[in-house]
Amino acid sequence: MIARWALLILGGVLLGGIVHLATVIILPRTATQDAYARLSPIAPINAVVALPAPTPEKAIMPFMDPAFASAVCRYDLSQGPLKLTVPVSAAYTSVSFYTRYDVAYYAINDRAAGRRVIELDLMTAAQHEQVPEDEEITAADRLIVESPTLTGVIAIRAMAPEPGLMRVAEGTVAASRCSTQQPEPPPRPTIRPAEPVRPRK
Amino acid sequence: MRLLFGTLFGLAVAAIVGLGLTYYALSHGAAFGGLAIESWTAWPKSGTTDADPYARASIARSGRLPTAMGDGVSFTLTSDDDGKTLDGRCEVVLSGVTPTARFWTLTLYNPDGGLVANSANRYGFTSQEIVRRSDGTFEIVVAPRAKSGNWLPTGGVERYELVLRLYDTAVGVSTKAGREVPMPDVATRSCP
Repeated sequence: MIARWALLILGGVLLGGIVHLATVIILPRTATQDAYARLSPIAPINAVVALPAPTPEKAIMPFMDPAFASAVCRYDLSQGPLKLTVPVSAAYTSVSFYTRYDVAYYAINDRAAGRRVIELDLMTAAQHEQVPEDEEITAADRLIVESPTLTGVIAIRAMAPEPGLMRVAEGTVAASRCSTQQPEPPPRPTIRPAEPVRPRK
Repeated sequence: MRLLFGTLFGLAVAAIVGLGLTYYALSHGAAFGGLAIESWTAWPKSGTTDADPYARASIARSGRLPTAMGDGVSFTLTSDDDGKTLDGRCEVVLSGVTPTARFWTLTLYNPDGGLVANSANRYGFTSQEIVRRSDGTFEIVVAPRAKSGNWLPTGGVERYELVLRLYDTAVGVSTKAGREVPMPDVATRSCP
């Protein structure tokens, strides 16, 4: 009798382990209050929206850094690649990319970008393959970021090292732009020169 | 009948153990690859695509966007160097230096990640706002009542946590706790 109960408990615990692992893995896909869901009501697709500064009463997300002015661009790449332009503020500016399930897959800051403006193209791996190589595009001119998912969030953040500089930081994020590019003209491949003419790698 | 009862019992045990473990793990911020330096802990991997399922689940549950690798790294502090949980009614002193970073910010949150209301409307410090000693070290007093120097008000809440974010820093996934990453010492000085 005791052995039977012990067996049932052991079986239950083993099954419980599986339940635990399954719930942990499924949770991000079922969470209704994750960052993406919190941003969805205020952030239209493929546009930059400045986020209100967090206050004790109200914050759109938990653990926001009050020393930063932030904006988000919720993107959907199904209509084509996205162009992102972020001017750089005096102190520190960063752009972080998150998937639909809030996994950070890329981030760049003003120093890494090395210019006055952070400019980059966001696309899926499939769209990246379609970018014609023979166009006047070099990696130095155009930073291409591959998104692992079709949808996601870009967080644009500019630091105000002192409260008086918050206006400047807010201006920086407000001047950011993200938009889907004009669809590339499809007949282009026919204009392309024949294969042997292409420069060898 | 006995078989049915036994099966139901087994399933009930499974549900309690499974969901209980999940709840416990996520409410305690369990994730692999934590970088613990003195009393501070960071999960640099949570800001990358290598984030483990526990990190992903706790990020989704909390609703925050993690600090991405390449942007910076966040260190969380919930207790002082003696292991005493941070208490907003006490006077807690942070002293020393931080690892090298272009900027850092220190912010006080309640356990849910919200800012704490206080009369000074101060929720944290940035590396540029801090008054330092001539040798570059600083002292921040986290206390309910106004103090001279770098005072971070707690608003008198019972529980809070401090988050130190290093921006544009070399500290990251490959960092090991050691001499090159000095974190501020944390001591509870006085409690009412």
